[in-house]
Amino acid sequence: MPFMSSAANFFTSKMSEALGWARKYSIFQYPFVTACCGMEYMSTAAGHYDVDRFGAGFPRFSPRQSDVLFVVGTISHKMAPVLKTVYDQMCEPKWVVAFGVCTCTGGFYDNYATVQGIDTIIPVDIYIPGCPPRPENVIDGLMKLQEKIQKGEQSRTLYDPRTKIGRPASLAQGYSISQHMKNIEASL
Amino acid sequence: MTPLQRVQEQFAKDLIETHTFRGDETLIIRPQALKAVAKFLKETAELDFNFLMDLTAVDYLFFAGGRIQKEFRFEVVYHFYSLKTNHRLRIKVPLAEDHPEVDTLTDLWPGANWYEREVWDMFGIRFKGHPNLKRILMYEQFQGHPLRKDYPFNRRQPLIGPPN
Repeated sequence: MPFMSSAANFFTSKMSEALGWARKYSIFQYPFVTACCGMEYMSTAAGHYDVDRFGAGFPRFSPRQSDVLFVVGTISHKMAPVLKTVYDQMCEPKWVVAFGVCTCTGGFYDNYATVQGIDTIIPVDIYIPGCPPRPENVIDGLMKLQEKIQKGEQSRTLYDPRTKIGRPASLAQGYSISQHMKNIEASL
Repeated sequence: MTPLQRVQEQFAKDLIETHTFRGDETLIIRPQALKAVAKFLKETAELDFNFLMDLTAVDYLFFAGGRIQKEFRFEVVYHFYSLKTNHRLRIKVPLAEDHPEVDTLTDLWPGANWYEREVWDMFGIRFKGHPNLKRILMYEQFQGHPLRKDYPFNRRQPLIGPPN
């Protein structure tokens, strides 16, 4: 961490740390909203949960001006090339947040039309599962993203469904309703 | 006289079956007669079915333990409504497995255009005379018709990226 001296009016820092610090508190997000998770995204962004406290309150609707791609909602195979294009249009450094279980693994849309996890087409930095995730989950994910930005880390790899490499182990199995019910019972 | 009885009177030889359940009238007709029956329903003054409410299809491949004959594999279902007389009428058209084709209704109800494209996309049923019969929900490179019962539910056809 930088050393600050109020008496001598100077502080020491590493350039990369200073950059990371600046970046993590000025996240310009691109909300790629396709489905019902959008409601939860809106309530996170609005005054009650106030994502602006984390410096991420400024959505940009141009990929050229944004740092973080929020993929919010189910991505169909027809939509996949659009998402890839938007990702490719963003300038470096860039991060991707998979918001909701549909973007993480496809969720319960195990069918002909849905991409089984956006990490098969673009690298994902933070996974926020949930159907939809509560705003607290989203803010938790956002803070984990800030840690990642501070360290200067970026995800560069895709998930390969054949080898099952490249996705967090907790997500690799996909969503299981029976396990979910057991978790709820255990938490009561 | 109900709309069902009017059609029965006019097109007796083209009917396969009719039934009525609590005021819901259904006609099952031969595909060759669809255009004529539809025109009759729309253009007869006292019937005046001016609204095509729904147009969809059913695949009966595994229905009744797979005992449905090949001539009746598909069924296109039309729901008509008359805003003037408040009548509803359902028409079903059975189609054969090897040649699923029926006349388009786009010239009578322009709203049939996208419905028919959807049925083509999902079931592979052709509509003769349709002005622009191409896929509407899936992308052009998609192979097959996903709502047919013989389409494997776990087949994946990604546009980009590896198969899931």
